[in-house]
Amino acid sequence: MNTVKASKVTPLRASIGWLCLLGIFVLPAFSVSSQYILYLASLTCIYTLTAAGLNLILGYAGQISLAQAAFMGIGAYTVALLSTKLSFWVALPLGGGIAFVLGLVLGFPSLKVKHHYLAMITLGFNIIVYLILMNEQEITGGSYGVFNIPRPKAGPIDFTSNESYHILIALVTCFIMLLTYWTLNSQWGRAFKGIRENELRAEMLGVSLRNYKLLAFAIGSAFAGIAGGLLAPLLGYIDPTIFNLGFSFQFLLMVIVGGSGRFEGPFIGAIIITIFPEIFRVAERLYFVIFALAAMLILIFMPKGAVTLWDWLFQTITGREAPKLTK
Amino acid sequence: MKILETSGLKKFFYRLQALKGVDLHVEEGELVGLIGPNGSGKTTLFDCITGILKPSGGKVYFKDKDITNFKPDGSYKMGIGRTFQLAQLFPEMTVMENMLLAIQESQGSMLNRLFRIREDDNRNKALSLLEFLKIGHVRDEFAKNLSYGQQKLLDLGMVLMADPELILLDEPLAGVNRSLAVEIVERIRELRKNCGCTFIIIEHDMKVVMDLCERIVVLDYGEKIAEGTPEQIQNNEKVLSAYFGG
Repeated sequence: MNTVKASKVTPLRASIGWLCLLGIFVLPAFSVSSQYILYLASLTCIYTLTAAGLNLILGYAGQISLAQAAFMGIGAYTVALLSTKLSFWVALPLGGGIAFVLGLVLGFPSLKVKHHYLAMITLGFNIIVYLILMNEQEITGGSYGVFNIPRPKAGPIDFTSNESYHILIALVTCFIMLLTYWTLNSQWGRAFKGIRENELRAEMLGVSLRNYKLLAFAIGSAFAGIAGGLLAPLLGYIDPTIFNLGFSFQFLLMVIVGGSGRFEGPFIGAIIITIFPEIFRVAERLYFVIFALAAMLILIFMPKGAVTLWDWLFQTITGREAPKLTK
Repeated sequence: MKILETSGLKKFFYRLQALKGVDLHVEEGELVGLIGPNGSGKTTLFDCITGILKPSGGKVYFKDKDITNFKPDGSYKMGIGRTFQLAQLFPEMTVMENMLLAIQESQGSMLNRLFRIREDDNRNKALSLLEFLKIGHVRDEFAKNLSYGQQKLLDLGMVLMADPELILLDEPLAGVNRSLAVEIVERIRELRKNCGCTFIIIEHDMKVVMDLCERIVVLDYGEKIAEGTPEQIQNNEKVLSAYFGG
């Protein structure tokens, strides 16, 4: 029997990998002349962050959440409303913090219900947040939204241009991905996977379902909060319709199409879901039909997500199995 | 010294009473057999002791501490380990990861677990246990790829990782071929000699139960109908009637 050797993730290789990823994230700011493509690159980073949060909840801890858009909305509105009064640098972590606390609260039903019941509860949460953003006009501006959201400055460094703001988004995304990598390779990551694989046995081995499930929900939601905080100044204008239920489903699609439970999954999924529709725009009215078909075909031929394609490419080129980035 | 005691343990599933006030006591270092026909409440008793099921009445004491309302993670941290009729593993994780997960929650705080990346001691312990159970060669395989017998051994290995004081084995030989069954019994004997743990074993193979256990408790329809040495049990009228009718 021919066995393929697995590639080991040594500290040196991991460092090179991280530098490459940072390069990929930052590169469009220097190489792309089209402002629209740069905007898509910024969106891909923001979506990667939100999908990475959902991947932690769904792919690793095995819980379902259809409220990522709501948490993005919470982060986005926090930054939009507070960055002029306080500072972007306070509002961004605050948005993440509020999403963390609310994620913790939303995690409680996961201690009682599972699967589609949990999906319905989180879906309900998304609708509640949407309605609050829509109806609390005095605070959120209601359906008119919030205008003129400024981009930040840090002393002499100005992030107002599209290029410099993209670099900021790329740096924040990379930093949070690094934190995720650390978490998933710690004993927390193993406990998350244990809960996904066999909840009863995990509990029988001392894994506190309450602590880990709540943590997964809170961390995953905080990622979406921070992503939303980055999105608001990118767009310059936000209104509640952005953070609707369809947006949450889009993140679910990113995780599933990219590869649920794989570290690389959300990044690949975000690229596919953000870039593919743009490529298919040449088909005019049919572009969304083609996009939906493409997503279906990926799932039929690669049930574990498009990350399988990366595994295959890696093995074909190097003759070794693609490295496992998390335990 | 008494390590485990249940007093008047009851469990209802709606109108069906699975346990009808079971009194059980186990001394430290004992190897007790728990037998009874199918549906007699053996696994339900294990579930109530380990906190998987909440008893409808009665008490469970572990080393004189009331653990009746403990959850499974609590009873594990107290020192009660348990295997299952069908091996309960983490199929998409390697054998080594299965073993490491079995011990990590007994060590340090939540925050420690986020920062503990190196776990050489745990790895070495897992390796020596896997060697002892003769499944060391499959340590990097996914648990789902193991044969059923190997899965049963891994199930036992995981329980041993955290050095429990009381080990509950639920049909450790079910579905296992004869030679592997002999192997598992040998491992249990060795463990008993070396670690001094207390065992309660549910098993349908009467020859094994009679050979291995010093004391046997018999359940039927959720009630304890007999208790005694293997010889006493073999000649007990109630036991014979429960198994053979009449």
